[in-house]
Parts: sequence; structure tokens; C-alpha cells
Amino acid sequence: MTQTWIILGATSSMARAMARRLAKDGARLLLCGRDMDDLAASAVDCLARGAASAEALRFDARDHATFAPIIDKAASEEGEINCAVFVGSMPDQAEIDADPALLDGVVQDSYIGPATFLTLLAPHIESRARGTVVGVTSVAGDRGRIGNYVYGSAKAGFATYLSGLRNRLTRAGGHVVTVKPGFVDTAMTWGIEGMFLVATPDAVAKDIMRAVAKKRNVIYTPFFWRYIMLIIRHIPEFIFKKMSI
Amino acid sequence: MAWNNLTYAGWGRARSASGKVARPERQSALSRDVATTPAPAFGLRRSYGDVALNDGGTAYDMSRLDRVLSFDAETGVVEVEAGMPVGALARSFAKHGWLPAVMPGTGFATVGGSIANDVHGKNHHTEGTFGQHVTEITLLQGNRVEIITPESGTIWQATIGGLGQTGVIAKAKLQLMPCPGELMKLRETRIANLDAFLKAFDDSDAPYAVGWIDATATGDRLGRGIFEESELVAGRDAGKEHSRAVPLNAPGWALSAPIVRLFNEAYYRRIPARGKTSVKPIWDVLFPLDAIHDWNRLYGKRGFNQFQCVIPPERVDMLRTMLERIGASHLASPLAVLKKMGAARGGYMSFPMAGYTLAVDFPNRDGATELISDLTDMTHDAGGRIYFAKDGVAEAAQVKGMYPEQGDWVKAAAKADPGNLFETDLVRRLELRDIAHMAQDETGA
Repeated sequence: MTQTWIILGATSSMARAMARRLAKDGARLLLCGRDMDDLAASAVDCLARGAASAEALRFDARDHATFAPIIDKAASEEGEINCAVFVGSMPDQAEIDADPALLDGVVQDSYIGPATFLTLLAPHIESRARGTVVGVTSVAGDRGRIGNYVYGSAKAGFATYLSGLRNRLTRAGGHVVTVKPGFVDTAMTWGIEGMFLVATPDAVAKDIMRAVAKKRNVIYTPFFWRYIMLIIRHIPEFIFKKMSI
Repeated sequence: MAWNNLTYAGWGRARSASGKVARPERQSALSRDVATTPAPAFGLRRSYGDVALNDGGTAYDMSRLDRVLSFDAETGVVEVEAGMPVGALARSFAKHGWLPAVMPGTGFATVGGSIANDVHGKNHHTEGTFGQHVTEITLLQGNRVEIITPESGTIWQATIGGLGQTGVIAKAKLQLMPCPGELMKLRETRIANLDAFLKAFDDSDAPYAVGWIDATATGDRLGRGIFEESELVAGRDAGKEHSRAVPLNAPGWALSAPIVRLFNEAYYRRIPARGKTSVKPIWDVLFPLDAIHDWNRLYGKRGFNQFQCVIPPERVDMLRTMLERIGASHLASPLAVLKKMGAARGGYMSFPMAGYTLAVDFPNRDGATELISDLTDMTHDAGGRIYFAKDGVAEAAQVKGMYPEQGDWVKAAAKADPGNLFETDLVRRLELRDIAHMAQDETGA
């Protein structure tokens, strides 16, 4: 049976890599984001790689009016509706410290926008009694750190939302995968100093595809970040508060 | 735009560069960045030397711009972003009956790099060069966007094989060639020596033909090897994509003379005396080394150089002399390739000419640079030329006059890039855009 996948934030390199893998499996793709020219290019590319269909649709996490047309389009397709969320924004923490108004955008992009979208989508997954939501959060959400705690807190909020959504959709026959990537070699991390153990977007996409197939709940990708974050989460606060990692 | 301070190398890893690199993921970002900061571009860095490096300067990594932008199933014309690897293009389209007409020895070469070096494949004698199947190129020249076609005149010929000197290649349209499926029929034959090899090339009517040479062989066995002839056949590749990787740099002795001799003997004996016929996926036949990722690490951390030349057919004697020198040097690696070339070429600075092309890898050890330098001089004496996609060793004086249309190229490149902003390390090292070449050309030298 052909699957429909909504990809939110489809211009990101992780989303592109996942869309290509879904295309190879013959999925129907709704590529959603703001740069329509770029999305149109990715749609043609996915068709060439085997997608049953691929369409570019406008999605802006801060403009909730863009949500309904995407959900209507997906609902018009037969079979399973799935959604993968790759949206989020990470301005430099120092910039946010200097201009707290930036906080609003980070929370809109990383939490409120995607959570609102998924809340609108959830009834469709429930009524069809199948479908998977993939929510990409971040290891930054596991503990607030001096370098990116606004981004981290928005991702933590989204991760908690996904946990609750999983609780809700599981009983209706759906599933939610929470993905916590470590450092990934994307435009967001290009040129940032201090990156290590960097994964390619395609390696992350491969992990996500496997997690979807195996109905995993929470994955770290690459896998060793689970252990790195286990350690970081267990550092006592009286020590952690003096660290800058 | 985001810049990353990187040290990066050519495939041979004997040459490297340091500088700021941007890696745009969208065409809009690329054109915006090139408009403010014109600089050369590189793809997956499968050129061996420094043709795509810009030490101390800035550069664009095109590897994230690797999408199909349009495809016409009626005509087989496909538009792709320049960072698309040729092998990925083949895998996407072969099952639909279309294939890039020309593919180099690695599927990781990008379309942009394949145009800039006007690469050839095992079917050069039937299909010509990569650039001859390109129908349109989008060039970024600072804040100008030039869309050029074969009708555009000198700028086209200066861009095909033009080493990126006319601007950043952002996108290109290719005329794909119909293919019956995803498989090739491969016929491998043992060849006793160089004369037998030359005869085998003359007698062959296979669309794809290439020879592996045991470059360690001397005396009566000089130039012995395996002749590989193949053709496209119908059928699907049922296997899964599989690859292994070389995880670490190999130690220095891994490719020492005795080991290479042993390997080559075994590799030669692998094919029975009566020959061997098999059917394999296209990519296994055309890109045999792609199944081993990072195989360049086998040469250790000092890396290696590849020497590739083409020698006119009447100077086969020089080919023999070269093989004698290589055999006596005990420096050759198992990777040595001989191919008969046609005359077809796409641009002023395209490598191919009618004759025989020889490619040999040499570990970056004592004596290898001198040997390659001697081979380069011998090429020059024989009226042949060396391949810039491979070179990391030559000096400017050694390549003077090798490319008879260099003057035309220098003029067109100067017009397209008056500020010399797209120069790369190789272009500077070999003084390719030096005005002196132009003067020499105009005086009829």
C-alpha cells in the first residue's frame, strides 16, 4: 500500500535525505516549507528517484493558516498518512540574550508551530487507525546548557509534546518516533567550531527509517549519543551549573 | 553566508589546500554567495591533484547541490545540479532505460567536475567525451548568470574541459542515452604483452573497452594485462547496494614493490587463459573501485599521484619506453590502465586526442615525483599531453604547447573572468592562464 508522507521543513538536508529514502520506497510525498523554488526542485528529484508523487506545499511554522491546506491535501489521499517534522530554528544564544524578542520565534519554529500542526493532524491518524509521526528534536533538549538553552528548552517542550502524542496515538493504532540527533553535518552546523562525531544527514535518515519500521519510541542518532546524554543528564546540578559544555 | 575553515585535499591526498569553504544547499544561496564572493567550486574531489583546490583562498563545496531538476522522458534530456554524482544519475535512470552517455572510472565524479574536466570513459572511442553530451550549462560569473549552449561559441568551448575558469557551473542539461537495462556483459581476456594489447584494441568492436596493465611486468611480458570489453544488456540489478570502507590509512609497506608484484600476478591469473565472460550491473563494471569507500587510504597518509598521458598512435615506441621506465622503477601500484582513444573532445582544453592513454598510480614515495616528471617530459617529446584532472606534479614549462588551443581558452577565460577569481592551485602552478601562452599561439608557434 502506498504511504503518504508529509515532510515539514523539507528544505533541510536531513529532511531531503529522508525524502529520498522514502522516494526510493515509492511513497507519496508532500514536501512542505517556505522556499518554494527549492521545494519544487526537491519534488522533481524525488520523482526521479521513484516517488509515486511529490508535491511542494507552503508551510510556515509561524503562519498557522498554512497548516490546513497541507492536512486537507494529505487527507484526500487513500491509505496511511505519516508526518516527519524537521522544523526548528537556532539563533546564536548571545543574540537571544541581547534581544529577548528572538525567543518568541525560536519557540514558534521549534515547538508551537509543529505541535499545532500535529494536533490538527492527529484525528486523521486516529480515524485511519494507522500512521506514524516522526518528530526531530535534539540532544540539546535533554539538558539546558549555557550555549543554546533557549533552543534546547523549545526542543525539550516539543519532545514532551511528542511523548504525550505517542501516548494518545498508540491507543488509536498510530505511532510516534522521537528522534534526538547529535551533531549532524548540515547548513546549521557548517562552520561552527567544536563539532565532533558529526553524522551525515543520510546516516540520520537511515536511522530514522529503521526506527519507523521497527516502531521505536525514542532514538538517539547516531546511537552513541544515548550514552553521552545519559552521562550529561546525570551530572549533579551543583557541578553542571559551573560547566560550559 | 557560512564559511568553514578547512584543509581539504584532492583524491590522491598528496596535494591539499587550506581556506574558507562554503557549502550551499540551495541554488538561491549559491548564486547569492558567488555574486558577493566569486571563487572556484569543487564537487566530491575525485580529481587526483590540485585542479579543484584553492589554497589560501575561498571555494565552494557543491556536494549538497545534487538534485535532478527536470527530466523529459520523451527525449531523455535531464537537468541536474552540478553536485550530482554521475553514478547516482546512472542508478536513478538506468531502470527507466536511460544512462549518461559517458561515465568516468568513478561514479562519485560530479556532473560539474565531469564538465570542467571533460572526462571520458571506457566508451570514448564510440561516444566521445562527457561534455559532448551536455546541451546547456548555467554558469555563475560573479553577479552574472550566463546560460550557455553549444551554440554560444567560444564560451562553450572554454567551459567544456575549462577547469572551472569561466565561472561556477551551477546546473547542466545532459542528453542521456537509451540503454536496455541495468546490466553489462563483460568479456575479460589475458593479454601477453604490449603488442598483443595494441592489436586487441584494434580488433575489438566492443562499445566499452579498457585494459588493465601489470605495470610491474618487464621484458617479454612488458605491457601484459587483462583486456576488458563490455556492452550494455537488458536486465535488472537485483543486488542490494553494498560497499565497504577502508577505515584507516594503510601502513607504508602495504603497496611496496613485492606486494604489488604478488597482487598483480594473482590478478592476472584470476582470468583463465581461455578468458572469462560474465554479466554484471553497469556500476560494478564501470566503477569497480567505488565499492570500497576511501580506497585512497590504502596509499597511507602521504597519499599518491596518478600519472595519465595520451600518446599519438605513431609514437607507440614512447609508450613502450614509458612502461620500461615504470617497470624498472619498482614504484608502480596495481592500478594501471591502458586505453585506445578516439579523437573526440568537447572543448579547447579537453584532454583526449587520438592515440593511447596510459594511467598509473604511484604512491607518494621517494623517486615517484621524479619519475612522473620524466614521464611528463617523455609525453611532451612524443607530442602527447597529460591530464589535468590527475596531475599534481608537473611544472609550467613541461606542459607548454601540449594543448594547441590553449590560446583560445586563455582569451575566453580572461573575458569570462577578467579578475582571475576562479583560478585554482593547478591553474596557477602550471600558469595555464598566463598571457604568454596566448602570445605564443598568435605568433604561430
